[in-house]
Amino acid sequence: MSAHREHLKVAVVGHVDHGKSTLVGRLLHDTGSLPDGKLEAIQEVCRRRGVSFEWAFLMDALQAERDQGVTIDTSQIWFHTAKRNYVIIDAPGHKEFLKNMVTGAAASDAALLIIDAEEGVREQSRRHGYLLHLLGVRQVAVAVNKMDLVGYSRDRFAAIADEYRAYLAGIGVTPTFVIPVSARDGANVVAERGGATWWDGPTVLEALEQFKIVTEPEGLPLRMPIQDVYRFDKRVFAGRIESGVLRVGDRIVFSPSNRTSTIRSIEAWHSDPPPTEAHAGQSIGFTLDDQVFAERGEVVSHEQDAPVETDVFRARLFWLGARPLTRDTRLRIKLNSAEAEVRVQEIERVIDTGDLSTAGSDRVERNAVAEVVLQADRMLALDEFSTAPATGRFVLVDGYDISGGGIVSMEGYADQRQLTTVRASNIQWVEHAISTEARARRNGHGGGVLWLTGLSGAGKSTLAVATERRLFNLGFQVYVLDGDNVRHGLNADLGFSPEERAENIRRVGEVGALMANAGILVITAFISPYRSDRERARKAAGAGFHEVFVKADLAVCESRDPKGLYAKARSGAIKEFTGVSAPYEAPESPELVVDTAALEVDACVDAIVEYVREQFRVAPVRAAGG
Amino acid sequence: MDALDALESQSIYIFREAFNRIDRLAMLWSLGKDSNVMVWLARKAFFGRVPFPALHIDTGKKFPEMYEFRDRYAAEWGLDLIRGECPPVEEIDPSLPPAARSAARKTAGLKRLLAERGYTGVVAGIRRDEEGTRAKERYFSPRSGSGQWDVREQPPEFWGQFNTVFPPGTHLRIHPLLHWTEIDIWRYTQRERIPTVPLYFSRGGKRYRSLGDQDITNPIDSDASTLEEVIEELETTKIAERSGRAMDHESEDAFERLRADGYM
Repeated sequence: MSAHREHLKVAVVGHVDHGKSTLVGRLLHDTGSLPDGKLEAIQEVCRRRGVSFEWAFLMDALQAERDQGVTIDTSQIWFHTAKRNYVIIDAPGHKEFLKNMVTGAAASDAALLIIDAEEGVREQSRRHGYLLHLLGVRQVAVAVNKMDLVGYSRDRFAAIADEYRAYLAGIGVTPTFVIPVSARDGANVVAERGGATWWDGPTVLEALEQFKIVTEPEGLPLRMPIQDVYRFDKRVFAGRIESGVLRVGDRIVFSPSNRTSTIRSIEAWHSDPPPTEAHAGQSIGFTLDDQVFAERGEVVSHEQDAPVETDVFRARLFWLGARPLTRDTRLRIKLNSAEAEVRVQEIERVIDTGDLSTAGSDRVERNAVAEVVLQADRMLALDEFSTAPATGRFVLVDGYDISGGGIVSMEGYADQRQLTTVRASNIQWVEHAISTEARARRNGHGGGVLWLTGLSGAGKSTLAVATERRLFNLGFQVYVLDGDNVRHGLNADLGFSPEERAENIRRVGEVGALMANAGILVITAFISPYRSDRERARKAAGAGFHEVFVKADLAVCESRDPKGLYAKARSGAIKEFTGVSAPYEAPESPELVVDTAALEVDACVDAIVEYVREQFRVAPVRAAGG
Repeated sequence: MDALDALESQSIYIFREAFNRIDRLAMLWSLGKDSNVMVWLARKAFFGRVPFPALHIDTGKKFPEMYEFRDRYAAEWGLDLIRGECPPVEEIDPSLPPAARSAARKTAGLKRLLAERGYTGVVAGIRRDEEGTRAKERYFSPRSGSGQWDVREQPPEFWGQFNTVFPPGTHLRIHPLLHWTEIDIWRYTQRERIPTVPLYFSRGGKRYRSLGDQDITNPIDSDASTLEEVIEELETTKIAERSGRAMDHESEDAFERLRADGYM
């Protein structure tokens, strides 16, 4: 019985005027799916307008579309076969209406891409192919249309098929079929061959029938973004399960707040008995065993398989905005139900969807695709797109408009969950009996942290050691925490994954803060490439934190290469090396900049010492208490 | 999940987004089959209650069965029912064809009620498969202060994200049934045992497929007198659902004009 017949959503995409709407009209007509009188109504419309019969008028319902002969907005139409129900989503092919194409295509399980046999592969043929992939549409068939205009030439068909297959191969897509078609003649749409007498492959309809319904892969982690919290007569957390399974009794964690609880019940109205589990795709509600505070935007997962927490990540995105995207552009991000402010920290490369080449650029124009680094104003819970697609993608809002969408990559960036979670409970601060001021008076200077950051080879360790010597001679209580040294002891358990590097910096920040509280002036010498890590260290040390940017550009550092590391990174022996294969996020407003490319070591040390004397000196009180 | 579960879940998701994002929300309840499914879905979304008013824009020309239905189920379902009056046809744009002009009374009544009550969002039960311009709608469809629909500048919607922030003065139409088809509505009505106005079932060889004002709505020839028979009929019919709604067929652009001006 067709009540349980499956639904398949197919987007029809391709360059403007290549015949998408016509093909849909032909498909509906030849499968006998048009309502009575529809054909006559279209004939009448064409007659009144004095144009020859135009199938496109079936879906191009707007007056503006009919007047201009171009599809402006996406539309949907239904038909069914013995096998299943189809929703055909017609998407506009004009570049001007790409946002409408995205709206249509993103909703589909599969796509049919149309190419004009006479015009061949054009700009939107390629861009649409690329966007389908980015939007997550994995099944694509290609129809080479208007074969009647090229005399059903087998060579012409083969040339287009080869060219487009090669393009798709470049983005990792293999079309299920490439089919020679004439929508106008009805060849190979539903009826077989027509003028393409040499063709022995499937028709368009047969190709549709072979598409598969997209089902969620097994074993994805539980992700349920909280949409709302209702307090009608009990507190119910409402949302849609985007992946995985939720069961009564499950131990769950909310991210990014990291609050944990246990599922007491799954709530449903008009469902008897009440459900004990819920699956991906279901909009549900649940109650908890205890009164945990959580709100819209948090992501529910199991404790052992929680999403990434970060405030900085990479993304591949398409941009639909009216103004170009540039470095420092501020936008609102929507990640399922979560929203935050983000800033474009870096535009890494812009991808030419025509030939798939990439180029460095300082701006992303409308309708372009790019790889960028986004930095948020707070922690976000998200996933690597390949791990959990629904929680690994987002849209960007510029002012009032949804202006782009993208997928998340955490390559080179750390999951910060471990860094921000306080595990111990029942702990409290103990007040010291000796004040910070008293320590400063005895030493003649305040405690603090001079945080040196810069590329490998910029001169951090050299400056740290030389500055320590000079300050010591001036009577300072001073100590250097050096990158390599702490890894011998305090951080001997840490490797070099993004998470372990972040933890390395976190510990140095905390130790530095403790020593500063003890009245000591600490100098740290770590590359510390990520702003988020340095901000955490600043937070730990408070007002005594002074960021010193040891500045030297990559070429200078690489020519020095004191430890031979750049050579190894270039040869690939070291992976994810800062500046070469991993990012360095320069300080935005450091307290001090020393340019080691322009100044000699002594001059740099002079600058730092001078700064320290200004900032940390206090008048010693020698005869305290009398 | 089967196909009906998937449709239901998507509608619940949209209801919850609307309720969370829109300050002053109301739902249109036209008493038709779609509208009743919509009320049902709202109760599913909010665990048995409808936490916003149900507006009946009353042209005064509905069938008596519809008024009976309204009064009974408004009470039974615990709806906060608000009735909106429509202006007389003489006040409506005379350049519209007669049936469309009559139907446009409902738009005027709706606009009046929205202005009076200050709603910033209104939920409506239209579906894409009903008609060509509805096929191009969005789930969250912005309207200008005067209620106009700018079909050329609709916001993108993808990955379950909807534009919910707009310049002051904009109001939203929310369409939680947009992805349903006529037969889906009946299958769901059957599965959930949702009450329905009896005019949809055949009496004396005729039934209504779509209900509007008495004077501009015509029944079709049909012997389908039960839900099962209606579903069976729709499996094979080639008659368009709104073929009995006069205002759709008076001129090529009549319905688009109605909708651009704020008709559902």
